[in-house]
Amino acid sequence: MESTIVKAENYNSYFGDNHVVKDVNISINKNEVIAVMGPSGCGKTTFLRGINRMHELIPNATSKGKILLDGENVYDMNAIYVRSKIGMVFQRPNPFPNLSIYENVVAGYLLNGIKISKADKDVIVEKSLTSAALWKEVKDSLHKKGTFLSGGQQQRLCIARAIAMQPELILFDEPTSALDPISTSSVEALFHELKANYTLIIVTHNMQQAARVSDRTAFFYMGELVEFDDTKQMFTNPADQRTQNYITGRFS
Amino acid sequence: MELNIGLRNTKSAIFKGIIIFFAFLITVPLIVVLGYIIKQGLFQVNWHFLTSVPAPVGETGGGIINALVGSFIMVMVAAVVAIPVGMAAGIYLSENPRSKLAYYSGLCVDILQGVPSIVVGIVVYFWIVKPLGTFSALSGSAALAIMMLPIVIRSTEQTLKMLPDSLKEAALSLGVPYHRVILKVVVPCGFAGILSGIMLSIARVIGETAPLLFTAFGNPYLSTSLTKPMESLPHLIYTYATSPYDDWHNLAWGASFILLMFVLVLNIFTKVLTRKWKVQL
Repeated sequence: MESTIVKAENYNSYFGDNHVVKDVNISINKNEVIAVMGPSGCGKTTFLRGINRMHELIPNATSKGKILLDGENVYDMNAIYVRSKIGMVFQRPNPFPNLSIYENVVAGYLLNGIKISKADKDVIVEKSLTSAALWKEVKDSLHKKGTFLSGGQQQRLCIARAIAMQPELILFDEPTSALDPISTSSVEALFHELKANYTLIIVTHNMQQAARVSDRTAFFYMGELVEFDDTKQMFTNPADQRTQNYITGRFS
Repeated sequence: MELNIGLRNTKSAIFKGIIIFFAFLITVPLIVVLGYIIKQGLFQVNWHFLTSVPAPVGETGGGIINALVGSFIMVMVAAVVAIPVGMAAGIYLSENPRSKLAYYSGLCVDILQGVPSIVVGIVVYFWIVKPLGTFSALSGSAALAIMMLPIVIRSTEQTLKMLPDSLKEAALSLGVPYHRVILKVVVPCGFAGILSGIMLSIARVIGETAPLLFTAFGNPYLSTSLTKPMESLPHLIYTYATSPYDDWHNLAWGASFILLMFVLVLNIFTKVLTRKWKVQL
């Protein structure tokens, strides 16, 4: 049975007077991998940041409409609560440079002042790093600083940090655009495994990546959600002319 | 096109020679001053010098314990006030660079930095010394705290501004509330820079004489009371160096040497600590 986890209803975002995301309606199911693609400046990242209310942190940024998480509008909830329920991985790996690998994984607990026992922490760290396919590589250097890792490892550490908070939904904002091809493929391989337990929304400007990793793809253009369909369908037989133009490379 | 390569190389060499010469030249005054103070002051310093109060005219010996203790107490009290206030203001300035308040308080910081120390002293004299009716260590600390503030504020602001936004976003996306993001992520990551600003502000004010002239005033006896006049190293140097007695001149040289060593050690210490604690971004 498919059940909806995130639903946007007439969602709009603005930077000052600049209307960046226009009237988006989308419904995303549990344990799906959704790719959000589109040319630069099409509003895909802004839409993503609207889901966990990171958008509003930018001065002058506002939004209208609803984002429902498990049926509840996130804009009626406490922003801090929303962000702790939804994981996020950014374009550039951003482990906390003052914390060790171990502390980075449980950073969501440490920084929030949530007290958990050492034993629980050990379990969370091992489980999260294993899920992020990083455990084998770092299990002997857990107390080194996270910034000593390679870019791809750092990004997987950031994924582990998001997983550790046990979110249902994880947002990825162009998670491989700052990584080399080998690191990229290790992160992409991870998406397939994460799917079993989490719902993933991945913003990417890389069409091949969208085709490789996602179940369904949303195509944004000029702030509008142009098309949202099964990835295969979208790449072989798009319904909209603009999607057709984009995937055949007529604009980028 | 005819190019005279030889002439060009010569010009380059001359230019290089000139900048190396001046880079070297600027170290000369420092080395000469350092050397002279060490020569004059080093042999004044012994255990007796560090642990006794100045001797009255006509008696030999005497030390600077009153000034050592006084400087330490006054700078510490000033630091306890100026560091939290300065850090808070610095955090605000780096977090809200575009706000009106940031513009005006930034302007105030710049002006405060340019206020002559004697003026700070006279203001504190009218604010604290006159109402209380007595010179006091507390008023000296207040003057020093005002001198420290701009340095702490600017160094905190500059350090935190250099941290990438992605760091804050990482914490915010984990649902960490703003105050904890600042206290647990931003400040710890910028700690080395903030610390170096604090150390430099201490090194700066420990040698200040003017603001203490009519606030802490000076005291030939050892005093630890904040409400009584208190001696300080620069003030002791000022009084004793301008006196007509050779013994007192020697005392001033010894005190200069101690002050210089303190500032030197503080600077080296800061360099080492900030290198060690610097967070690799």
